[in-house]
Amino acid sequence: MKISVVKNILEANDRIAQENRAIFDQKGLTVFNLMSSPGAGKTSLLEKTIDALKDQVKLGVIEGDIQSSQDAERIAQKGIPVVQINTGGACHLDGNMIRDTFKEFNFDDLDLLVVENVGNLVCPAEFKVGEDFKAMILSVTEGEDKPTKYPLMFHESKVLIINKIDLLPYLDVSLETIKKEALKVNPHLTIFEVSCKTGQGLDAWYDWLKEQVKTGRPA
Amino acid sequence: MHEMSIAQSLVDILKEEMVKHDARVLKSVRLHIGQLSAIVPEALSFCFQVITEGTEMEGAQLHMEIIPLKGICKSCHNDFEIEDYAFECPHCKGTDIETVAGQDLAIVEMEVD
Repeated sequence: MKISVVKNILEANDRIAQENRAIFDQKGLTVFNLMSSPGAGKTSLLEKTIDALKDQVKLGVIEGDIQSSQDAERIAQKGIPVVQINTGGACHLDGNMIRDTFKEFNFDDLDLLVVENVGNLVCPAEFKVGEDFKAMILSVTEGEDKPTKYPLMFHESKVLIINKIDLLPYLDVSLETIKKEALKVNPHLTIFEVSCKTGQGLDAWYDWLKEQVKTGRPA
Repeated sequence: MHEMSIAQSLVDILKEEMVKHDARVLKSVRLHIGQLSAIVPEALSFCFQVITEGTEMEGAQLHMEIIPLKGICKSCHNDFEIEDYAFECPHCKGTDIETVAGQDLAIVEMEVD
């Protein structure tokens, strides 16, 4: 017997992500999902961003890693609420894992929640967690071909932060080519060129991010 | 390798559908895998095989059809196949493209006894 089904395989996760999103919206909380390859600079960008914005924006962080709490410890040193998720092998965070952290936060005390996903250029893009938008980092050492090789993540992201531009003099990589390739996959990408090492370009990112934070809480 | 999570979600849905239709054996499943989705069919097949071992779904065939990326240009309203992941209209060079196919990850049909 043949049965016609037509069901989205990820519908269970999509539904939980939607429920998460409803809670974030109700609390007037802006949430973004930060993704990149391992070592592209997610935690470094967060450290810089926290230092720059913590007097103006009340931040919280969810750290996703397969193992270890090193990233959460780095963030905790900045004196902001952070919860570490260890996926124990899974290569991405999903809606359920994010929901499990809610009891650790007081959302009434937060303006912006950053979900730092597991370092991986493939899988995290497929799983919504309830975010307002996805942001990704590509470090220049990863090369120019990444947008075409990993199109989904570039396509799903609202913003691309190109990191480690201080290393460009030592590499056979063109910033213009990276941008061109990324914009081909996603013409609507907002792009920042930064170095978390030298601080170059970060002010523009901070200003943009501040604008994304929802103003005012619903009554 | 997120195919394991995908395979688990797939099995959960199939189980639900089998109960609903009072089915005892799963013979085959037809899936649509969008070109833009980051799924490796062989890996998904393997994970499905591992998860279903010893269950009423063991041995079921997964037929996966890769669905090409298609878009509609919001400026000139032409539809076209998106090649090389370039989200630009080949007719008017517009970049406001609505993806109409190729991003899906869906079960379309199952065969049961």
